[in-house]
Amino acid sequence: MIFSYYPGCTLKTKAKDLDRYGRKSAEALGITLEEIPNWQCCGGVYPISKDEIATKLSSVRALASAKEAGQDLVTLCSACHNVLKQVNNDMANDEEICAKANRYLELEEEYHGETNVIHYLEMLRDKVGFDKIKELVKNPFTGKKIGAYYGCLLLRPGKVLQMDNPENPKIMEDFIRAIGGTPVIYPMRNECCGGYVTLEDKALANKRSGKVLENAKDMGADMLITACPLCLYNLNKNTDGYDVPVYYFTELLAEALGVKD
Amino acid sequence: MNRKDKQEQILRMSGVNARKCMRCGKCSATCPAYDEMEYHPHQFVYMVESGNIEPLFESESIYKCLTCFACVERCPRDVQPAKLIEAVRVMALRQQDNTHMKKGDLPMMLDEDIPQQAIVSAFRKYTK
Ligand code: SF4
Ligand code: SF4
Ligand code: SF4
Ligand code: SF4
Repeated sequence: MIFSYYPGCTLKTKAKDLDRYGRKSAEALGITLEEIPNWQCCGGVYPISKDEIATKLSSVRALASAKEAGQDLVTLCSACHNVLKQVNNDMANDEEICAKANRYLELEEEYHGETNVIHYLEMLRDKVGFDKIKELVKNPFTGKKIGAYYGCLLLRPGKVLQMDNPENPKIMEDFIRAIGGTPVIYPMRNECCGGYVTLEDKALANKRSGKVLENAKDMGADMLITACPLCLYNLNKNTDGYDVPVYYFTELLAEALGVKD
Repeated sequence: MNRKDKQEQILRMSGVNARKCMRCGKCSATCPAYDEMEYHPHQFVYMVESGNIEPLFESESIYKCLTCFACVERCPRDVQPAKLIEAVRVMALRQQDNTHMKKGDLPMMLDEDIPQQAIVSAFRKYTK
């Protein structure tokens, strides 16, 4: 299986592990991730306002490039995934945004939201299958209690992202089972960690991340997994005194598949 | 721009129909930035609907929203308050030529682990 792949800027810098282990694991699963040529940063947050066109263009370029290659587009960072899916939704359903974006870009062929964007976790679930992964696991996380941290950008808005039930998700728990661990379900798993506001308001980030960690700990989690570099940062740095180790889910996948280093 | 024009533009930018709101307060109850906000999500909806927008432009509340989409997901009337808050914020930045974060402010906010994602997001949210 071959997919177009959009790594995003953070995976090239501070979150190299998320990318590296994601690529190694994909290889072990028989998947080729073809990085989109000359992709540009998506900007990290979806430009919500309908009259913001320029800030949506880097995403449209990436989407159109996957369409040209005739491939589904895989993303790994929660934020890229959120931005690309929301912009794609605009291109498919908002005529005004679509017309303006196409006018700016002058692509050989107009883009109207044709590309299917999937998160890496969706690729594991829908293209590979968690059962198949289970068979390929060499080092299972037997007895490890692992909490999934969804945060906000992976699932919401549910109507647009269509990844899982945004209020009662299970894709990451199923992933944890596939690698042999025991999922710990805790109520704060889909509440925000404080996001980018951590830059100017550390107290807020501490409070939000602290509540997530406290809740996960109370419910017995030994560790948390995330798909978002900013979640990882906030949960590591702004802990409000609660320490629970946090890992990228791809790192655990690579370890389970026996391809970590 | 007069009050009516501003109101109309905010509604257009956001695509929100504020009249659908039944003032249940669920958006504010679920908002992770509630404590830090002077005006809460349901108040944004009501104040925009009634044209009382100036206090929102002046308030720090527009920079406290985390854009976590919790209010969007959980509003029983599909009002999507986060989209209104974003439209007010964008208009405030454009109008007053107001950059909430100046380039010189940035180095102080950084540490060695901060991901790029946070920096580019802050630029999108705090500057125009
Ligand atoms: S979301 Fe992040 S990592 Fe992804 S490209 Fe955009 S800013 Fe960069
Ligand atoms: S960084 Fe926070 S804001 Fe971003 S997805 Fe993770 S939980 Fe949400
Ligand atoms: S949740 Fe929706 S209906 Fe209820 S107050 Fe908020 S915007 Fe209005
Ligand atoms: S999107 Fe903003 S206003 Fe809505 S719940 Fe999240 S932080 Fe609160």
